[in-house]
Amino acid sequence: MINHKIMDYSSKHSKLLQFIFLLVVFLLLCQFITPSENNFLWRFPSLIAGLPYLINDSAEYLMFDWWPIEVYDPEIEEFEEKPLIQQVTRAISASILFIIGLIREIILGGVKTIVIFTSWDFVSENKWARWPALPWTVVASGAILLGYKLQGKGLAMLAGFSTIYIAVFGQWEPSMQTLSLVLFAAPVSFILGLSLGIWAYKNRKVELTLNPFLNVMQIVPQFSYLVPVMVFFGIGDHAGAIATIIFATPPMVRLTVLGLKRVSPEVLEAGMMSGCSNFQLMYKVLIPTARRDILIGVNQVIMQCLAMAVIASFIGAKGLGFNLLLSLNGLRIGQAIEQGICIVLIAVVLDRMSLAWANKQTDYFADLTFFKRHKYSLIFLAIVVAGIALSYIGTFFFRENFNYLYIVPHNKGISISDTLQEGVDWIWDTFFFTLKGFNIFLIQQILMPMKAAYLSMPVVATLSLTMGVGYIIGGIRSAVIVGGFILFIALTEWWDRALITMYLMSFAVIVSSIIGVTVGTLCAQNSYTSKFILLVCDTFQTFPSFIYLIPVIMLFGVTDTSVLIAVIVYATVPATRYTVVGLRSVPPDLHDAGSMSGVNRMQRWIKIELPMSFPHMALGVNQTVVFALSMIIIGAMIGTDDLGQFILKALSDKIGIGNGLTLGLCVAFIGLAADQVIRTWANERKKILDIS
Amino acid sequence: MYTIKRTVGAIVAGIMLAFSAGTISAADSSAPIVIPTHNWSSQVVMAYVIGGIFESMGNNVEYVSADTQKVYEAIRIGDVTISHEVWQSTFGKSFYAAMAKGGVIDAGTHHAPTLEEVGVPQWVIDKNLCPGLPDYKALKKCAKVFATPDSGGKGRILEGPQSWHGAEYVDRAEALLGNDWVVKFAGSADALWAELASAKKEGRGTIVFNWTPNFTDAEGFVFIKWPPYYLGCRKQDGGDSKCGSPIGWLKKAANYKFPKTHPKAYMAFSQMSFNAGQIGSMAALVDIDKMTHKDAAKKWLADNEDAWKPYTTVGM
Repeated sequence: MINHKIMDYSSKHSKLLQFIFLLVVFLLLCQFITPSENNFLWRFPSLIAGLPYLINDSAEYLMFDWWPIEVYDPEIEEFEEKPLIQQVTRAISASILFIIGLIREIILGGVKTIVIFTSWDFVSENKWARWPALPWTVVASGAILLGYKLQGKGLAMLAGFSTIYIAVFGQWEPSMQTLSLVLFAAPVSFILGLSLGIWAYKNRKVELTLNPFLNVMQIVPQFSYLVPVMVFFGIGDHAGAIATIIFATPPMVRLTVLGLKRVSPEVLEAGMMSGCSNFQLMYKVLIPTARRDILIGVNQVIMQCLAMAVIASFIGAKGLGFNLLLSLNGLRIGQAIEQGICIVLIAVVLDRMSLAWANKQTDYFADLTFFKRHKYSLIFLAIVVAGIALSYIGTFFFRENFNYLYIVPHNKGISISDTLQEGVDWIWDTFFFTLKGFNIFLIQQILMPMKAAYLSMPVVATLSLTMGVGYIIGGIRSAVIVGGFILFIALTEWWDRALITMYLMSFAVIVSSIIGVTVGTLCAQNSYTSKFILLVCDTFQTFPSFIYLIPVIMLFGVTDTSVLIAVIVYATVPATRYTVVGLRSVPPDLHDAGSMSGVNRMQRWIKIELPMSFPHMALGVNQTVVFALSMIIIGAMIGTDDLGQFILKALSDKIGIGNGLTLGLCVAFIGLAADQVIRTWANERKKILDIS
Repeated sequence: MYTIKRTVGAIVAGIMLAFSAGTISAADSSAPIVIPTHNWSSQVVMAYVIGGIFESMGNNVEYVSADTQKVYEAIRIGDVTISHEVWQSTFGKSFYAAMAKGGVIDAGTHHAPTLEEVGVPQWVIDKNLCPGLPDYKALKKCAKVFATPDSGGKGRILEGPQSWHGAEYVDRAEALLGNDWVVKFAGSADALWAELASAKKEGRGTIVFNWTPNFTDAEGFVFIKWPPYYLGCRKQDGGDSKCGSPIGWLKKAANYKFPKTHPKAYMAFSQMSFNAGQIGSMAALVDIDKMTHKDAAKKWLADNEDAWKPYTTVGM
């Protein structure tokens, strides 16, 4: 132990020296390299500027030219040459659309499912062939019943509150449209993630190939795969669902692998000894034991699915996301907040319900009568009958107008949006001039010099600095990895843009981490405040971040301040969350031991709690980087001149697929470079602290 | 095998073609016409209005929310059937890019002349914040009025997203206004409206990209008068960029199969043309009367039968 300490001490000092040396080299490089476009030490030539073209041409060849087959189009009564891939992807789209449509029409009614089994001609001729909607009262009572069955009164109340809120505020139709998409995307992401996770757990090669993909997919901005998804699968709810699945699956895979790996070998051996088959071993032993991590995966899948609600509407998903964008375009922030709350409520209810369902134990020995066993199904049947009867009675009451007992029409409910709007206006009126001074100071004294400093770095200096940090923290391996990522970006034509993204990211991460660690530490002192702050974190994570964009522009104009404030609001969530979790997981024995040795509270925090929860906090900072990058790209909708602006621009570029994906990779590589350094460092600390 | 299939195909197609040529106006397919909805009021209401017109002719209609730039690719592939608001300078590039790849056709132009240009809200003129506006020469003297914290004391022109016109305004400001001005790209249309709203509350000068007909017309918006546009005056076309925007068009686009699958609906669509007043009244139902988009479209159709009924009987 003492030996360990001494080594630690000496290596600490040599590391400090190394850092100083690195800094000197960096500054010298900055000083002596002349800024000129022809000086390749200043900016590398864009050697891989052809990459977007390559990606684009291959994708388009695959989609539009490869393996053409003759297809008869009855609509125009002609044969057409269509590429094979297009036929395959369109078949997939059609089946996804069918499932989403089916779920949607069970709740909202409609005609498309009937069309699939008959034809548009049939439906046009037979006007009776319409599927009726379930009255909202039935869906709401059904949700309450399900909540009660799964967990009890608490969940029933939550479900009741949420469904009634949605109905009363006139957001029923868009909410159910969003729900139907999520009810398809979430289970698919879950199953896909679980199977990939199991495969990776069983096969080391699969894990090794999957890992880089997962790393990249977690950070690639959603906007960069919208165009390829749309080209391959078309526009509509199915495209929204596919983009959502791409976004929601990676964390599930990762958590499955993590959970399965944590299962202790004793458990595995016990399973083998009881003569389990491979299948039984997996489903009866491993997965139930790894349940905790898998359930976190389920939670993440649901959160990610609803976080995608707004972006999915860019490629045709109906529902709350689209309406929210429409409200924002009309600057109706109050209305947008109401719609955003609906998204959060759906997320929370789905999350709690799936959790309760997974935790429910089957009672194998109960000897129940038919009525007892089917109690809930029977009650639900009664609800359906009652609801239909009620909505039938409603037709007499609301003869002239809408039948509120059947479906509350969109935007015909009550609304507190005017009050919310007044609140937003009040904030504006009260704080504007104070904030304006702050804004000018921040931009002129901090942000503009910082941005200029980033842009004045010669590329060689940036490369040596990042690689040097990688080397000092993680040795030659980290240095090569970090260097590879940075080199890739430096060889594209977007290096300057990437520097601006890095400047925005580093500012946001520093501020978010400071706020997150402070708030997290304060709240972690007490179990009530911890729970409260975690709930706040959940809310901010699913609350559509698009809503912040408009108020910040009103307060700070189309400037970097606006972008950064939106980013910081969002990126503080993981910093806070992991700080609270980290501090709360410090064993109480250690607190006691500290108190007994006579430390005061402050000393305890600095000497015991903080070091012990450092690895957790480092993971929080890591997540802060990911969140910050994703929000910086969304912040491009305010107006930045970084990579995000070009990703948005790729939506209309001729080589949009190639540009979008390459730019997405650039963003991902910035994140991965930071990830490599932080993660390696956290692992080192863990080893030193002897915790896992 | 392949060639046999192909000849059979050709023969079948030939026979079909002969038959369909025999019947002069074939009936429309019952497959739904897919209409895109974007994120601004007048476009969404007009989508429902056009959908309502198609429905009155017995067609099935479907709406799909789509991004304004990506929609042309979707029309090209056939996932979306039409687009009824193709703004020249904002979406022209995407429209022509998709057309060049094949699959998109030009389905005529609306009556409404459009102008897409930078300008100032009416109250900037009323308060006389910059004497001499809307002539562009006045801007040279009052760059300070339009300065923002991040513009370094220079006047700032807030342009739309880069995907709309590329570097056009940067070139123009450089050529006509000199060094005292910078052009900043906003990230979305929302950012433009938010900037207008906040400038109004604060009472400061602002100069933003905007267009007409638009909902801002109601409160008054004055476009800057630049030297007139002529073909080839822009830098990207080989000129010196010392010119403003042309009076533009508002076109309609359709998938190339639309005339064949829905000949009647296509006829009606190609004739459809709304003027600025009509587009304004559609938007007003939502923006001012706070109706939902669907209700607004229903009301507009009921109130303006004279305007749209004739389209449905074209060619009959």
